[in-house]
Amino acid sequence: MLRRLFPHPMLSLTLLLIWFGLVNAVTVGHLLLGGFLAIVLPFITAPYWPERPKLQSPWKMATYVLMVIWDIVLANIEVARVILFVKPEDIRSHWVDIPIDLESPEAITMLAGTITMTPGTISAMLSADASNILVHCLHTDDPDAVRDEIKSRYETRLKEIFPC
Amino acid sequence: MTFLAELIVSVFLIGGSVFALVGSLGLVRLHDTMQRMHAPTKATTLGVGGVLIASMLYFLLVKGDFSFREILIVLFLLLTAPISANFIAKVHIIADETEDNLPPASGEHGWAVYDEPPAS
Repeated sequence: MLRRLFPHPMLSLTLLLIWFGLVNAVTVGHLLLGGFLAIVLPFITAPYWPERPKLQSPWKMATYVLMVIWDIVLANIEVARVILFVKPEDIRSHWVDIPIDLESPEAITMLAGTITMTPGTISAMLSADASNILVHCLHTDDPDAVRDEIKSRYETRLKEIFPC
Repeated sequence: MTFLAELIVSVFLIGGSVFALVGSLGLVRLHDTMQRMHAPTKATTLGVGGVLIASMLYFLLVKGDFSFREILIVLFLLLTAPISANFIAKVHIIADETEDNLPPASGEHGWAVYDEPPAS
């Protein structure tokens, strides 16, 4: 019964928090209205989300998010340095093929998003069976090192967060 | 106190603006589509982020009330920027790249644009 009423508890909580953010106030009235939306919206859209994404450890997720935010700051400085101080002729861009061991769609989406937001790399495409990811690297001398860093820094952590 | 608050807000505003400027400069300086994509996806996040932090601090320190709309803007930005970047990259690959220019996928199947998905 509880599961039918709240098919996606995390989605409900997120919707409620987003509602508070949108109205920019926490009042009882908005708690009722936001709570109504938080129950009704996941309920209506439940057929499109038949499975609950399994989250192993919210704590690891939080540290992962903080780490990525820090990496985004470093990425900005790094890309700004390349744009400002490296001559456009000297920029060596590479396509990098990264084999991925993650299986759940949520984990792959997180990995692709992380790659796009972090140092000088953009995820461009998946292979047809989602076992490889094509990454464009702005400026590097060693594409293999980029691949190894992404695998060791992000993928291993995501593998712990989203169990297959 | 007010001076200090305004100083902090200004630092974030100027820092954010510098990154936004560098991001725009990247669009001009870099050569091809994929390189140009790096500028708006990176530099702009910190640019917009800096301006939004400045906005939050301004309301918190000067006006004295807490505003969390900015957190939502950052959240939506972080959610949407990789997706739009991914779509631009894909269109670029379909329109301007050939399969020979890309490294082959090391798995059983080729890249999604060129290869059929496995029958499930």
